[in-house]
Amino acid sequence: MSDAQKAALSPEVVLAEMKKNGVTHVVWLPDSETNWLFLLMKAEPSLTLVGVNREGLAFSAASGIAAGGKVPLILIQNTGLMESGDSMRGWAIGMNVPVVLMVGYRGYTRHGVNTDTAATYTERFLNAFGINYYQVEDGADAGRISIAFEEARKTKRPVAVLVADEYHGFN
Amino acid sequence: MMDTAELLKIYNRHRGNAIVVPGRGGKHWVDISDKRNRDVELGDPAMGGHASFAMGLALALPKEKIVLFDSDGDIQMGMGILATIAEQQPKNFYHFMLDNEVYATTGGQPVPNAKTIKYHDVARACGYTRTYAYDNLETFSINVERILSEPGPVFVALKVNPDIENKPIGTRVKWRKRSQVQVVQDLQKELGIA
Repeated sequence: MSDAQKAALSPEVVLAEMKKNGVTHVVWLPDSETNWLFLLMKAEPSLTLVGVNREGLAFSAASGIAAGGKVPLILIQNTGLMESGDSMRGWAIGMNVPVVLMVGYRGYTRHGVNTDTAATYTERFLNAFGINYYQVEDGADAGRISIAFEEARKTKRPVAVLVADEYHGFN
Repeated sequence: MMDTAELLKIYNRHRGNAIVVPGRGGKHWVDISDKRNRDVELGDPAMGGHASFAMGLALALPKEKIVLFDSDGDIQMGMGILATIAEQQPKNFYHFMLDNEVYATTGGQPVPNAKTIKYHDVARACGYTRTYAYDNLETFSINVERILSEPGPVFVALKVNPDIENKPIGTRVKWRKRSQVQVVQDLQKELGIA
């Protein structure tokens, strides 16, 4: 195993973080970074997967799950996050929903010049809504996922985890 | 076309102990319901999300009957949720839809293809196994008890008269007496999950 593979954020680690934080429902729309995570989640009996076909619906669904006393996680790509603005405002922020958003950070690079506008606007978008976020690039960052859950519970607000594309190890 | 308040009164006779998400019927429902801590009147947090919110409640609370009064405008904005609900198959979910054919709260402009679209057929095609449509109180009244005795997810399209509002939003009478957060807190307290 190469150093890069050892360092990668593995889907097993992400799943362990979900279980550690009591996630019961994953509301998600597939993206190119999360297929291996999908296979693991599907095999995990403690999780209910709720697939949506438009990311804005994930926020209202998660709001309902939280209102019913369970723990949702929203798993989407940054492109869909940006589509979800009004739903995030009204159903998550407006209703004090303590939910973590795991967001595939399409286009992220720490080398050279970014060429993907999906990445260009991701953090600006979150900042516009006052959503705090933690970037996760490799296994050493995995603890930040629990930090995000703790912050969401404490603040009763959505908190984002940006899964940076180059380092996630999901594909 | 039915009167929404009269329709809700008929439903209320058969409510039992259901949790009700009244959607855009909320302004009538709050004066009809006698189980206010089991009502989830949210107004309009963001259009198009009532069905997914109520589905989330149904998934989180499988032992509770969840009844939603959705609207045609909301459904058209998030129609994909019908496929998700059908996939999840929540047995405790009853999806009524108030179809007034217009965007009533913005002045009554038409919903796209309002007079032609068959929402109950769309729901069935998405995978709801029980779907119905009514346009008069008499047949709705005859059938509602049976519908509520069937396992969900059930979809019921209901043609209703529009309650068109033309006043600027800031000048309208506020029918919600509880904040959205308070509504959820009251429900959770009622259910012992606060």
